[in-house]
Order: sequence, then C-alpha cells, then structure tokens
Amino acid sequence: MHLERAELETSLQAPLDLDKDSLVDLYTTMLMIRRFEERVAKEVYEGNVPGFVHSYIGEEAIATGICKQMRREDRIVSHHRGHGHCIAKGADMRRMMAEIYGKKTGYCKGKGGSMHIADFSIGMLGADGIVGAGLPISTGAAFAAQLEKKGTVAAVFFGDGACNEGEFHEALNLASIWKLPLLFVCENNGYGVNTSAEYAMGAKDITRMPEAYHIANRSIYGNDVELVYQVAGEAIAELRKGNGPFFLECMTYRWHKHFLSKGLEDLRPVNELEAWKEKCPVAAYANTLLDRKILTAAELEAIDRRVLAQVEDAHTFALESPYPQPEDALEDVYSI
Amino acid sequence: MREITYEQAAKEAIQEEFRKNPRTVHMSTDLAADLQQEFGADRIRVTPIAENNFVGASIGLAGSGFRTVANIRMATFGFVALDQIMNHAAKITYMFGGQAKFPILIRMTVGAGYSGAAEHSISPYSMFMNVPGLKILLPTTPYDVKGLLKTALTDNNPVISFEPFLLGGMKGQVPDEEYSIPFGKASVRREGTDVTVVAFARMVYEALGAAEDLASEGISLEVIDPRTLVPFDGETVLRSVKKTGRLVVIDEACQTCGAAAEILALVSSDKEAFGKLKAAPARVCGLDVPIPFSPPMEKFAIPDKGKLIDAVLKIMR
Repeated sequence: MHLERAELETSLQAPLDLDKDSLVDLYTTMLMIRRFEERVAKEVYEGNVPGFVHSYIGEEAIATGICKQMRREDRIVSHHRGHGHCIAKGADMRRMMAEIYGKKTGYCKGKGGSMHIADFSIGMLGADGIVGAGLPISTGAAFAAQLEKKGTVAAVFFGDGACNEGEFHEALNLASIWKLPLLFVCENNGYGVNTSAEYAMGAKDITRMPEAYHIANRSIYGNDVELVYQVAGEAIAELRKGNGPFFLECMTYRWHKHFLSKGLEDLRPVNELEAWKEKCPVAAYANTLLDRKILTAAELEAIDRRVLAQVEDAHTFALESPYPQPEDALEDVYSI
Repeated sequence: MREITYEQAAKEAIQEEFRKNPRTVHMSTDLAADLQQEFGADRIRVTPIAENNFVGASIGLAGSGFRTVANIRMATFGFVALDQIMNHAAKITYMFGGQAKFPILIRMTVGAGYSGAAEHSISPYSMFMNVPGLKILLPTTPYDVKGLLKTALTDNNPVISFEPFLLGGMKGQVPDEEYSIPFGKASVRREGTDVTVVAFARMVYEALGAAEDLASEGISLEVIDPRTLVPFDGETVLRSVKKTGRLVVIDEACQTCGAAAEILALVSSDKEAFGKLKAAPARVCGLDVPIPFSPPMEKFAIPDKGKLIDAVLKIMR
C-alpha cells in the first residue's frame, strides 16, 4: 500500500507540447516493454526460462518517461526489475531475450541472465541484483559526468524497498555534498517483495529523505508517461546546468509477484492490484492518443502488430541461438 | 636509488600514473594533501566516512571509463564496503560478459602488533581470495609496494592492495627511474637448502630473522615472499619445496581457512613436490581468536620469529 503524499502531482496542466513522432515513440516504447515482458512471463510460466525474472509490467511509464529525456551518452544504473530500463534506453531486444534464455548471443554471453543485463555502449551500466547497491555505483557514473564537463548526467532507478538500505542514504549524502548530476528515480510500487512501505519505512514520506539531504525533489503519479516525461525533462535540465542532484518519486504498482514464480505467494490485497490494473499506463496512454486524435484505432493496432513481431523476432533469435560451451564459464573472470 | 618510506613509495606510484592519465580519480576519507595539491580537488576527493559508497562510486567511475583509487585505510573498515567489493567489483566484469573494464585499486592496511585491538587489526586476505574476480597484492617493501601499485594502476581489473600497517613507515631503497613489478612473481628473499618458508606480509621479516638465527645452527631456510596472492606464484613455491623437501608457512592471519592452508594444499596435491617431502608441511599462523588488545595477549595470538624457529626445529627432527 502506498502512503499519502500531500504534494503528489497527479497530472499535467496541459498536454505535452511535442511532435507526433515523439508522442508515438513514448507510446511505442511502453508497448515494447509491455509486450516483451508479457512474452517473458509466458515463457517463464511454461518452464522455458531458467532462474529469477522480475517483471516490469505496470511500471512502463517511468522507464520510458525518464530514458526518453536522456541522451545516448547519459548513463543509467538499473536494478533487478530492469528490462524496462534497458528497452527504454535503447537496448536490443534480441540480445536481451538471448541473455534471459542464457544464450551465448546474449548481452552478457549468458553469464548474467535477466537480473544483470547491461549495455555499456548505450550508457546502460547494468542491472543489479542487490537491493540498493546500484545507488553508490550511480554516484560514480554521475561523478564521471561531472568530471567530463560535457553536460551529461546519470540516473539511477530503485524501489521504495531500497530507501531503507544504508547505501541509499550514503548515495544521497554524497550526491548532495558533491552536487552530482544524478537523477534519483524512486519507482515506489508500495512493496519490497510482500512487505509494505507503510510498515517498513519510518520516514513514511520518501521525499522527506532527499529533503533532509537538501536534494530538490518531486513526487508524481508514475503511470502517466507524459507527466513523468515532462517532470524528468525539467529535472534533467537542472542537472545539466550543474545545479546538483534531483530526486523523483514515481507512484506506481507492479502487476506481477516480486518475481515470476508459481510457488511465490503474493500477499498484497487483491482489490489493490485490481484498482491499479485499471490505471494501466499503456492503455491509458493509448486512450489519450485516441482522444486527442493523434492516432487512430487502426494505427494503434498497426503499432501493436509491429511490436509483437519485434518481440517474436527477439524470441526466435534467442531460441535459435546456441548455448555457451560449459567451459566458457572460465572466460571473463578478469579483463585483459 | 634513494631511501624512502613504504608509504612514500606507494604515493609515488600513484603520482606517476596520475600524471600520465588524466582520467584517474583518488578517493579517501582523509585528505591526500600532496596529491590534491598536484592534481586538484576534482580528481583527489575527500569522501564522507562511507566506505561502501565510495567503493561503489569507484565502480561507477570505472564503468564510465575512469581509473580509480579508493583508500579505505584499514581492512576492518573494508568490511563496511563488502557489498560493493564482493558483490559488484569482483563480479561485474564477468556477470556483464566482459563488456566493460573495471580498473579499481583498493588500498587497505592489514596486520596486528600495535594494540589496535580486534576492530583495527586483521589480515583477511584469504576471504577475498575466495571471491574470484579480484587481484590481491601483499607488498612488503617500499620497492615492492611502488612496483606493484604501478602495475595495479595499469591493470584493467579490481585490485586490492593489502599493506601491512606496521610497514608504512619502513624505509628502503627505491630507484629514481620508473619501474614496475609484474603480478604473480614471488620474491625469494633468501636462498636456502633445508626448509622452504613461505612468509606473508610482515612475517617476511620474522622469517628473515629466523633464517639468520638458524643459520648459526647450521639450518638453511629459503624464504619466499609471494608478493601477490592472486595471481599466486605456485611455481616458485613448488620448485623450492622440491629442492628443500620441507615447508613451513608463516602468516599472521587466523589459521582456519587461511591462505597458508591453500599453500599446504598446493604442495601436498602436487605429486612431485609431495614425493620429495621429508616431513609433514607445517604452518605458523595467528590463533583463531579476534586480536586482543593487551600486549602480552596480542603477542601470544600472532606468530613471530620464535614460533617459526620452533616449527622449523620440529620438522627438522
């Protein structure tokens, strides 16, 4: 369950002033994440994918809104629920899917899997399986941007659960005293596995924590991609000016259990999940684009067909790719 | 050649490499004043006392194309940074399929013998040896610390330099010109014929003292300083044991699951070396207790020259 926010921003005053292609790109990116994750979930539940997979379904607007405000040379640090961040930053779904299947053609040659996809060529510094651990790493990425003096920035994604880790507080403190160009993106889905933020968080209001470290912050409804995009743009503009870090709390909800598993219990209230499904970020934006006559129903369907074909292609690529040789396990322990 | 201290020699390695490569950053909780004066406050940063954070920041910098030095000071403080060292620095080269390089040098002191008590005295290198992906140094002279750190500062991996606390002020000869020492090459500190003594960290000096004393009794020790634990120069140890037929390892770290055990295993699982053994290999290690504060107890808990001599005499019988 989410905690109340006095200052929660729930919508934009006016629609985004963007060209049609950019608006459609926001929608298409969210849909790519959705369709990719649906396919992964299907394959996991059919027993075709090894290991732990954490689904991003329900939270697509956040990765999309943030990453679409970033340049290729800007860097992001992700977490265990990281597929959405990869896709939004521009990762190749073929190599993602291959990695999820443990294939040699995957981003990490099958050494990382779903939880550890990285693509350094697009500034995606990796997903990370230890809650909160990406935060210190992101301070280094932001420090690098500060030293490079090219106006680049870094962003780190984490959940409400990470905010109770010491690493979170250390990272906020460092970003504050060094005025790092770092965007903290808290994807507040209300739960760490099955433990609610209401129970686990003494501060109650997450934004009190960046406030304590003198970090500018806003709390927004995270399922409105235009709102996320707009606020992220304003925050990142401040970062690029060298005005120090920014903290953005995005309220959202995950549709699946903590990770995809028949055995894992979901102890969250059923009515809560159903209520949030009504607030689907992808469907909501499809309706917005229809209402504003930016896309027709037929165009929406065409986008969906194209995205599904891309996901199918990625899946075929993964299936047809070879597994690594067992002895490939010995490679890459060290860099040359 | 000049005579400079261990700590000065280490600093010179950093200065020389930082002059060559502007994409280098140094982080420490204490101000590295000389470095900051030369390289500026941007690259030479004082950090809050948040070891896990600045090791993590080193990883983020390295992943963004920088080379970093994180000076944690003591190995006991290094435990605060274990998440970032063990879960991330050590693994991400591998976990990400070798996509990126992570050139990070982490420095911390080890050892006991100064009444620092348990939370300021420890020699935990074997714990780190058990986590693949880290390179591990154990420099014991001013010459070695400079040469090994020079190599560390051109290596593309996370490297931990465990530096014996009590050797920080030790003086020694260091050349004027630049040089480096490759990893995985042990130093035979003294040649001998009767017993191979592998000595770690400050124990090198206890072993050299024992060798001197025993020489007058007609017992010849060969003293090997591994200098790096990962990679480890097993060849030099095996060659020596095949010659002497006897092995004693001296290490200040606790005995259980220590690096000394690994060397005994190395020798006893090598068919040829095992066949040449004239006595069961022995180890002289720290007792399995936290380091006590009071001097008589501390002295009792850690190895020294006398304990090594006892062990040598025992296997010579």
